[in-house]
Amino acid sequence: MNPVPYDKNFARKLLFDMLRIRRMEEKCAELYGAQKIRGFLHLYIGEEACAVGALHALAPADNIVATYREHGHALVRGVSMDAIMAEMFGKAAGCSRGRGGSMHLFDAATRFFGGNAIVGGGLPLAVGFGLADKLQKRQAVTAVFFGEGAMAEGAFHESMNLAALWQLPVLFLCENNLYAMGTALGRSEAQTDLCAKAASYAVPTLKADGMDVVAVHEAVKLAAAHVRDGLGPFFLELQTYRFRAHSMFDPELYRDKAEVEEWKTRGPLHTFSARLKAEGKLTEEEFLAFDAKANAEVQAAVDFAEAAPWEPVDELLKDVHTP
Amino acid sequence: MIEFKLPSLGADMDEGKLLEWKVSPGDTVKKGQVVAIVDTSKAAVDVEIWCDGVVQELLVQPGETVPVGTVLATLTAPGEAAGAAPVRPEAMPRRPITPAARKRAKELGVDLDAVAATGPGGAVTIEDVERASDIVSPPEAPPQGKAAEMRKAIAAAMSRSKREIPHYYLSEPVPMRCASAWLAKANEGRPITTRLLMAALQLKAVARALKRFPEMNGFFRDGAFQPAAAAHIGVAISLRQGGLIAPAIHDVGDKSLEQLMRDLTDLVKRARAGSLRSSEMSDPTITVTNLGEQGVAAVYGVIYPPQVALVGFGRISERPWAENGVVTVMPVVTASLAADHRVSDGHRGALFLAELRDLMQQPESL
Amino acid sequence: MKMTYREAVRQAMHEALAADPRVFLMGEDVGKYGGTYACSKGFLEAFGPERIRDTPLSELGFVGAGIGAALGGMRPIVEVMTVNFSLLALDQIVNTAAALRHMSGGQFSVPLVVRMATGAGRQLAAQHSHSLENWYAHVPGIKVLAPATIIDARGMLGPALADPDPVVIFEHALLYNLEGELPDDWRCDIATAAVRRAGTDVSLITYGGSLPKALAAAEQLAAESISAEVIDLRVLRPLDTATLAASLRKTHKAVVVDEGWKSGSLAAEVMACIAEQCFFDLDAPVARVCSEEVPIPYAKHMEEAALPQPGKIVAAVRQVLGK
Repeated sequence: MNPVPYDKNFARKLLFDMLRIRRMEEKCAELYGAQKIRGFLHLYIGEEACAVGALHALAPADNIVATYREHGHALVRGVSMDAIMAEMFGKAAGCSRGRGGSMHLFDAATRFFGGNAIVGGGLPLAVGFGLADKLQKRQAVTAVFFGEGAMAEGAFHESMNLAALWQLPVLFLCENNLYAMGTALGRSEAQTDLCAKAASYAVPTLKADGMDVVAVHEAVKLAAAHVRDGLGPFFLELQTYRFRAHSMFDPELYRDKAEVEEWKTRGPLHTFSARLKAEGKLTEEEFLAFDAKANAEVQAAVDFAEAAPWEPVDELLKDVHTP
Repeated sequence: MIEFKLPSLGADMDEGKLLEWKVSPGDTVKKGQVVAIVDTSKAAVDVEIWCDGVVQELLVQPGETVPVGTVLATLTAPGEAAGAAPVRPEAMPRRPITPAARKRAKELGVDLDAVAATGPGGAVTIEDVERASDIVSPPEAPPQGKAAEMRKAIAAAMSRSKREIPHYYLSEPVPMRCASAWLAKANEGRPITTRLLMAALQLKAVARALKRFPEMNGFFRDGAFQPAAAAHIGVAISLRQGGLIAPAIHDVGDKSLEQLMRDLTDLVKRARAGSLRSSEMSDPTITVTNLGEQGVAAVYGVIYPPQVALVGFGRISERPWAENGVVTVMPVVTASLAADHRVSDGHRGALFLAELRDLMQQPESL
Repeated sequence: MKMTYREAVRQAMHEALAADPRVFLMGEDVGKYGGTYACSKGFLEAFGPERIRDTPLSELGFVGAGIGAALGGMRPIVEVMTVNFSLLALDQIVNTAAALRHMSGGQFSVPLVVRMATGAGRQLAAQHSHSLENWYAHVPGIKVLAPATIIDARGMLGPALADPDPVVIFEHALLYNLEGELPDDWRCDIATAAVRRAGTDVSLITYGGSLPKALAAAEQLAAESISAEVIDLRVLRPLDTATLAASLRKTHKAVVVDEGWKSGSLAAEVMACIAEQCFFDLDAPVARVCSEEVPIPYAKHMEEAALPQPGKIVAAVRQVLGK
């Protein structure tokens, strides 16, 4: 394996962000059991390298459109863990004022546009952002995350076609975790080569190992540069795996435990930390310090969310229309 | 199973308030027995049962106001085994009245029950209410209380009468010499409490005349005249607190003058005490009003719907009277008839009055 | 000035495009073809392909792109050829455009205008004759307009574009050829219903393509000495119930005319509002004249029988009046 091509600080930053997501989500699962977090809760555990690698390759002026499995993306993009946790608690201090919950994290300051819980729903939106930027001659990239399941939706095809037809600055980031809820890719798609599908719209494509934060980061840098240079959209497939169930409602009858264990050996956190240690860029003590720091951030976020007030019910009709 | 329903105690009655039960479950009741007291807008009325039986369940409690036709109690017929708990039947279908008409009627103080409906599906509409009310602008705050309610009920019934019934009026002077002489003789030696009044004679004469002119006696309902088998004459009685009530003396034609006199005295007493029987309120087939005591010469009355005629008597006064070419002094009363032209014509009305006049000349036959 | 409804729509869009560089028009055949109903004839030449964008047959995609563009700072006018095809975009309109502001906790407004033709009457049969305005009017977060006059065709677009939230405009296909006078002062609001003909005996409440029918019925009724007030709802969401109530206080009777199918129709909503707000003013049961509960047939006589017609309106009024 090639050495990690980043300086110590940036490499540690990537690791620390993955850790923050992991610890935050482990806490979310616990809080779900304690009924502090309700509704749907889709955990990203196992896939952290995708969000971390990708978002560190994007600029603050870029637009991010994500799915309902977006806690990690929001966090890495810069939404505070306090605001994310409060949102999941349904508190007014949440990043969507408690109106969205786990699936609808939004943040104007970081140009984070959800949090879309209709599979494929964010794709046309991203095309529109690309169009707006192109028409206004802004050099921004719109990065849209979606799962491989969304590629069966008409919205994917319509969006790819529009983006390619109009040469819009949209970066399509497919997080292929092999299962659309419980349906394996091979059981739902005739063409399982996702890049081949995307390429039919005359869009350049690339596959990357979504378990490797370096591979993701490098691929997204390349793809984003293409898009930013006005060369039109780009399709990137990040091959990844979620270690936990689809949502807290999922009994996971559709995949072998052995398969999950096999993928876990490729877990993005421990493989990357092992590499950094091997390269002398991280010590075990430093790792434990990072871990403790992440845990402290999580605990502070939980305390913040717990203490935050509920929005008064008489504000129910707020924010349906722009005042 | 017998259902004892709140009877209509008058054409203007839509609902009644149960004041008191006179019976309890398990009681055996006889036809004609007073079983409850109901407050109509006019009076507290004793309500009779119309059949024999055993009271099974009282379905309406004192204090409740219910529409006419509501089952008040269930009874088992003689010999019938007490059944399972009865299912509370539906109330009578309500007359359709639009919300706006209700509101307007309230504003105008119009009794909706007396308003003729012309709306879709036979509904009472605003226009109907406004037509029923002769008031163009909203009235002063309406007077409150029992008297006001009675006034309202009278207003409604009389308005309905004038709106719906094409009245025609006839009158005839009736010589009273024979009747007065006969009455004076009949009352000779009687204590004051059992003396006969001219009113009894007049009632009897009306009842007899009705036998030959059945079109004056009965009800006009649902577009058709229903003649009555017997003459239940409603006697107009003015109340001391104001207002008017016209309860029936039943079967006037079949009663002796003495009996009639007793009934009349009793009726007036009970009417003024507010204690009338339901059948007395709902049964009159014709009304007789006598304003002679008040000193008027003649009365042209308003028919009380659904009745079809009203007979009026003025005061008995001495008038010059030409008889066989000689002018004499004669005690005379003007008898008048207000009759429903939908049912009878002036020709028959005139013959009715003539018959009445002639009957009064033969008091001994009454 | 005398002009057609079509010309009024065209002038409105032309003005908006000329006045605001953020405004652009997007939809099927809006460019080279000049608009399916010729509402954008000459625009491509006047404003260029950047701002007059022909789209592929991708209603979901380009309506979603309109939402994204609106979020990205543009003021898109998206023309969905007809309401029939808008069903393909319903997901984006309902799940994204209408909900976004709320589920982002008030962070993002969607200043989008979606225009579409609606209605039957041209023997286009079951799939091209829908009146589904009430589906949209059901959804909080969007405004729904139904211009039925030359003035509204000319005047409603401006305030719709100025509205910070999504606005859906329904143009009844039979109105495009309607000719009328456009007064000098054609500015109008997008908040109130309008009394199109004053009357005292009955309120005819309608909108869109049924307005001319209601006016024709009122004319016929006048010959029978029945004075009908004709109310044009104009704004289907939110309903201006104050204007309805004021009329009902005068007439005490109402007939609602709606080209939608009777069950679950907008007429049903209007009737419910009347029952809620005007119950004690009612002097007859409220009646409605809607489309028969059948897919719109092709044959002319059958189509006519299925739709509200002046004769049916007159008959309904007579019934309500007990005549």
